[in-house]
Amino acid sequence: MSEAPHNGGEAFHTEDMTISMGPQHPSTHGVLRFIVKTDGEVMSEAIPDVGYLHRSIEKIGEKVTWHGYVPYTDRADYLAAMFTNQAFCMAAEKLGGIEVARRGEFCRVIACELNRIASHLISVGTFGQDIGAVTPFLHALRERETINNFMEEICGARLTYNYIRIGGVGYDILPETCARVREFLDHFEPIVDEYNRLLSYNKIFVERLANIAAITREDAFQYNIVGPNLRACGLKWDIRRDIPYSVYPELEFDIPVGTGEKGTLGDCYDRYIVRIREMEESCKILRQCLKMLPKGPAIAKVARKFKPPAGEVYVRVEAPRGDMGFYVVSDGSEYPYRVRIRTGSFTAMSLIDKISRGLMVADLIALIASLDVDAPEIDR
Amino acid sequence: MQQLVDQLIQEGNFPGVPREIVYAGAMILAAFAVLSFFVAPLAGVTSWLERRVWARMQSRVGPNRVGPQGILQWLADGIKNLLKEDIIPAAADKWLFSLAPYVVFVGFLATFVVIPFGSQLIVADLNIGILYLLAVTSLVVVGILMAGWASNNKWSLLGGMRSAAQIVSYEIPAGLAVLTIIFAAGTMSMQGIIKAQGWAPWDWLLFYNPFTFGAFFLYFTAALAEGNRTPFDIPEAESELVAGYVTEYSGMRFLFFFFAEWGNLYVIGAIATTLFLGGWQVPPVTDHPVLLAILQFVVFFVKAYFWVFVAMWVRGTLPRVRVDQLMSLCWKYMVPLSFVCLLGTAGWMVLFPRGNRLASVGMFLVGVAILLQFAKRVRYQIRHARPELYWKPYI
Repeated sequence: MSEAPHNGGEAFHTEDMTISMGPQHPSTHGVLRFIVKTDGEVMSEAIPDVGYLHRSIEKIGEKVTWHGYVPYTDRADYLAAMFTNQAFCMAAEKLGGIEVARRGEFCRVIACELNRIASHLISVGTFGQDIGAVTPFLHALRERETINNFMEEICGARLTYNYIRIGGVGYDILPETCARVREFLDHFEPIVDEYNRLLSYNKIFVERLANIAAITREDAFQYNIVGPNLRACGLKWDIRRDIPYSVYPELEFDIPVGTGEKGTLGDCYDRYIVRIREMEESCKILRQCLKMLPKGPAIAKVARKFKPPAGEVYVRVEAPRGDMGFYVVSDGSEYPYRVRIRTGSFTAMSLIDKISRGLMVADLIALIASLDVDAPEIDR
Repeated sequence: MQQLVDQLIQEGNFPGVPREIVYAGAMILAAFAVLSFFVAPLAGVTSWLERRVWARMQSRVGPNRVGPQGILQWLADGIKNLLKEDIIPAAADKWLFSLAPYVVFVGFLATFVVIPFGSQLIVADLNIGILYLLAVTSLVVVGILMAGWASNNKWSLLGGMRSAAQIVSYEIPAGLAVLTIIFAAGTMSMQGIIKAQGWAPWDWLLFYNPFTFGAFFLYFTAALAEGNRTPFDIPEAESELVAGYVTEYSGMRFLFFFFAEWGNLYVIGAIATTLFLGGWQVPPVTDHPVLLAILQFVVFFVKAYFWVFVAMWVRGTLPRVRVDQLMSLCWKYMVPLSFVCLLGTAGWMVLFPRGNRLASVGMFLVGVAILLQFAKRVRYQIRHARPELYWKPYI
């Protein structure tokens, strides 16, 4: 058939179709763009094109004071603002040799773990929506709304918190809030089961995700995949346990890893289920923190004109999108000399081109959702 | 209808007008009346109901501002869309682009000709009624393909191609499931099929034998796929293809596509009711012709609308399948199964030329058992639902 002449002797000519997916596309999670080459439904290439949400957050760091930069870090990843806050404050504290108030550390962990649950809820919710099930998304947002209310109680903001300050936290957590958080945890843990019944073990959902876009451990190392995406490859690596910071060494929690339970190790389903399990672990951490919350001041004394001695420092925290690093250089002045943020989503984007070859267009959506990339965090 | 027009002509109401023109005028008037007083409100209210039902499943409120409980929302949406600017992209094929919504719309509207709302309430009881239905619903795919091609947009093209592949494939299991019923009923006329059934559930063709029971599920699944409903809504898959074949449409043209989609939901339910669920058959409670007609209409409408609700429910629950999974489901599972149903029914009719009452009652009991099991699962889910359930239908 292929040798048969068409169009007056010329062989039938076909070529790939180039589609520009994004930056305005419903499921590219913000303003991502992919240049997709497809043959019908099957992709031969998907090149990520980043930079549509670049706001020069790193450069701004050189122009504002140490204290003044904290609100800017919120914007680096607005779905998990607590972690960027914490990473920067930890860097400043390490440079300035500041001992963080103990109650402040616990407040930080409580706020961070609440934030992690909220961020993972968005992640698994939009995952459902990208696969075509809209109901789980709204159920997830309903729970996230409660967490946003707690955040409002704790620090007055619902999205960009500016809660964690150099030396501790901005406001103490009230006992009433603690009681309400405990109530929420009692309510939330069964909801995860409900979520599993609705979405995680749904036959269509599993079929869509199992064996799709599996990341091997070697690829994960080479492309520097971090966080839940790395743990989905079966590696127990969590900054909270392996490079301990804050009060995490005193807390007991498991590190959920992918087991390839529905397909290959490190496929989309593993990345999804790891996030579901991490929410359960966060609940455990929260319960312990609420029990252990010590008395005392929530913030240590820090000079208003904070001038850490010259030097450089690199700190890492375990954010919902993986290992988040702040590299900060101080020249002893009121302003940081250089701030550099390293985020998980950015490295995850570089892997997409490699593992998306031969997948279908619908699988690319599942892959982006499973990597939980977040446009503001990619571009900063 | 024809008698009424003949009577009017004989009374001398249209002197000097040729008979054919009067007929044509009467038909246009009747079509207009059906369109504006039945089909439009039906599709509109279905759109409102779908949004409300869906919202309730997702713990939202849904549209509740326009009219009591928001029931007039569809009117507001219609007016808004009429007043919007009519945009035809510069690179689009203008003729095909403008024509496509009407082709889809005609394909959907023409089905109302043979839907039997009562023993007397049918526009035309064609002797090949069900074949006609299969034929006109195929027109929809032509319109969708036209829309996908004429938009000159890559997402639209992908959506149109997906839709063509999907609808053409799923016509086969749907057609075979319908053929099973034609075997059992021995006629293709919609009224004839209903008359082959009784008002009692065990007299329905659904429980005629195990094979028609299976054919029902095959038909309903295939019909969902033909109507582009979740979990088979890949032609307009929002998260993948932006909006599929309707990406470039706006205003009234956009509305026509969705008008057809929501109206189509009811058509799916109506066909399922006619073929499998006894149609308008009611117990013999009254002889009064008007009362009987109303009763039949209500019974038919409720049965058909139940399946509309089920389609909404499915949409609120399930994710979407992938294109290749959709095709393998059709060709590897549904087509062979529908052949089994067809041959099984044929064999059954050789074995039991007059049907088998015992088997019908047995199948009915199986159906009841399935429903009970389903109710048990629902009860379990409700018991374990953490957020408090809001039971009142209004808000």
